[in-house]
Amino acid sequence: MKHLLAIEQLGREEIEAILDRAESFAEVGRRDIKKVPTLRGRTVVTLFYESSTRTSSSFELAAKRLSADLVSVKSAGSSVDKGESLKDTVATLSAYDPAAIVIRHPYAGAAQLVAQWTPAAVVNAGDGKHEHPSQALLDVFTLRRRLGSLEGKRIWIVGDVLHSRVARSNLIAFQRMGAEVTVCGPPTLIPRGIEELGCEVSHSLERLGEAEVVYALRMQQERMSESFVPSLREYAATFQVDTRRLNPRQLLMHPGPVNRGVELSGEAIDSPQSLIAEQVAAGLVVRMAILYELLAGGERPAPLAEGDGSAQPTPIGQPA
Amino acid sequence: MSLTDTLDVRPGEQADLILRRASVLDPVAGIEGVHDVVVRNGEIAELAAPGEAVAEGAEELDAEGMHAFPAFFDPHVHLRTPGHEHKEDVETGTRAAAAGGYCGILAMANTEPPVCTAADVSALREQARAGASVPVGFMATVSRGMKGEELTEMVELREAGAVGFSDDGLPIVSARLMLRALQYQRLCGGTIALHEEDPELSGEGVMHEGPVSAALGLAGVPSVSESTMIARDAALAAYEDARIHVQHLSAAESVDAVRAAKAAGVKISAEASPHHLCLTDEEVRSLDPRRFKMNPPLRRESDRQALIEGLRDGTVECIATDHAPHQAEEKDVPFEQAAMGVTGLETAFAALHTELVAPGTIELGLLVERLAGGAAPFGIERPSLAPGSEANIALCDLDAEWTVGEDGYESRSRNSWCAGRTLTGRVMVTLAAGRVAFRLRSFSLGVAA
Repeated sequence: MKHLLAIEQLGREEIEAILDRAESFAEVGRRDIKKVPTLRGRTVVTLFYESSTRTSSSFELAAKRLSADLVSVKSAGSSVDKGESLKDTVATLSAYDPAAIVIRHPYAGAAQLVAQWTPAAVVNAGDGKHEHPSQALLDVFTLRRRLGSLEGKRIWIVGDVLHSRVARSNLIAFQRMGAEVTVCGPPTLIPRGIEELGCEVSHSLERLGEAEVVYALRMQQERMSESFVPSLREYAATFQVDTRRLNPRQLLMHPGPVNRGVELSGEAIDSPQSLIAEQVAAGLVVRMAILYELLAGGERPAPLAEGDGSAQPTPIGQPA
Repeated sequence: MSLTDTLDVRPGEQADLILRRASVLDPVAGIEGVHDVVVRNGEIAELAAPGEAVAEGAEELDAEGMHAFPAFFDPHVHLRTPGHEHKEDVETGTRAAAAGGYCGILAMANTEPPVCTAADVSALREQARAGASVPVGFMATVSRGMKGEELTEMVELREAGAVGFSDDGLPIVSARLMLRALQYQRLCGGTIALHEEDPELSGEGVMHEGPVSAALGLAGVPSVSESTMIARDAALAAYEDARIHVQHLSAAESVDAVRAAKAAGVKISAEASPHHLCLTDEEVRSLDPRRFKMNPPLRRESDRQALIEGLRDGTVECIATDHAPHQAEEKDVPFEQAAMGVTGLETAFAALHTELVAPGTIELGLLVERLAGGAAPFGIERPSLAPGSEANIALCDLDAEWTVGEDGYESRSRNSWCAGRTLTGRVMVTLAAGRVAFRLRSFSLGVAA
């Protein structure tokens, strides 16, 4: 695997391999010294053209835990503000010879383009409304830990599917792991033709009870002014996942940030069946595993002997 | 009759030559057979028996095994001048047309500034007389500055030589303005060519709305964005008994709308582009805007089949390239940000021959008829191979294989939707308005040897 551009490109075995690697990093995370020397001397660039809390912070921390040198570029305050094209920005950053570029961009296909323009490994941290593969991997990781396997599990993705890259990547990833997926929301927020991706489509929460997992999506304020929904109040009344609609055996997920009282009730967020905090924790180890797979994968010896790293021989950490 | 009666071209020598043993095919003139095509002083003097024509000092080209067609006419080209000469201009655009077998083209008016005064038209015609390789006609905009608010001075524009009117690139959103333009047409003539799209329905769309846009998370342009506007304008044209031409049909619903309008007696004609006839939105999965982003967007296979059926039954009387040159920096960006449009003049015949004729989807004669079908809707005489006609001939080698872009382009831009494809069938020589407008270099060398 040279780049992580889309879940679409990963087979089940490749997904499993990344998740297994993430498990081993979770073990490292329980130690006092949480850092491993794998990427010592190598550079990871994060290039974010959109605001982000979880994704950017977890990729940055993941790079640091792997001992990489980190350069974080945000579009605001950089030469992007001065009108530099994506191509030129990538050429500039590539001059530092980074091992990996992690990019978030408001338009679909940006990561794929960057991969054409740089010799570095490229990680798609969200491109427009297209894909968000690291989110899908951490969600599968979280569920696998809870359920063992996703095989035959029924998962409902509820809310604004139209504008959600998380919905698209997760829809693909969940199915690839053997789950059956239903997307649910008002017809204005379900893209025409989505069922050709193999999911079912529902416009009502009536059958929500058949799901083992309910995955709620963020509902943005501005969708109202664009007439996707008549009002947030009515939307919440019709599509909010709350403890009345959930049964206690169902697991609840959300990619964050949550609009409390819109797509989820406060009570549901804070209920024990909510996996939201586990998702965030999974984000770190899964992103460590992604960087590892891309930059040190192909070499199989476990890198994870306990210690501060400095005393370790570093058999891994060389380019694959 | 000469194309130069209505169009402008650089002065040139009238050709004297013989195409020896060419397979001549002009379905409209009812000509099919192997002949020596004798061109004297820019006119088709004779279709002689193969090998029988007397040279009398004229150049002879060995055309055995090659096909001579009436040269093609493209009613939809963006020459980008004035304002965007870094993408194309009269010289490069007409060179590209000549290389594609075209004897005439119509240039759209959505330039910078748009072509909306008599002076604009006169200046462009002057440029064409100085540097056009094939005859060019210029469209003027329907609305002043293409703002969709007020009519241009349509009478004066026609007097200055505008072939017709179009706000192409943008739809005429106001039904009231549309109606006024159709009324004014009675005074000045000039077919009104329409880019049909409801911007309310298209919204931020960048590709066809359907399963592929759902999978890619790209905003979609629904088919009904086009077909509802066609239905509106067909009704208005019927009401005013006016003449309209629908540009770049893309959706099955649109073909139906045009067919219904024709059946009801509306004076309406329609064109389809090679890319809509050869490609579907599945190509967009590559997220490559250089080859696959255009407006209207590539649609589903069922839409493509409907367009082909339209070609067959005459609902779509002509093929138009919508040749839309763009520079690399406008295309080397994420799909949603990229400029819309692809080039097509140099590849139209070869692409359609490869994709539709070679597999047996349509007959060669139908393709030839439709590629020259773009003249008549604008009151221009259709190129013909009948003896006595002005020499407008495309000599093509149907077996020649070539890879698009390998030897560069005549166009100043490289955003060909065929880039990198290997096509079968190539234009070897083009005669336009009696002049040799193009010769493939390797072919010329072959003849000399």
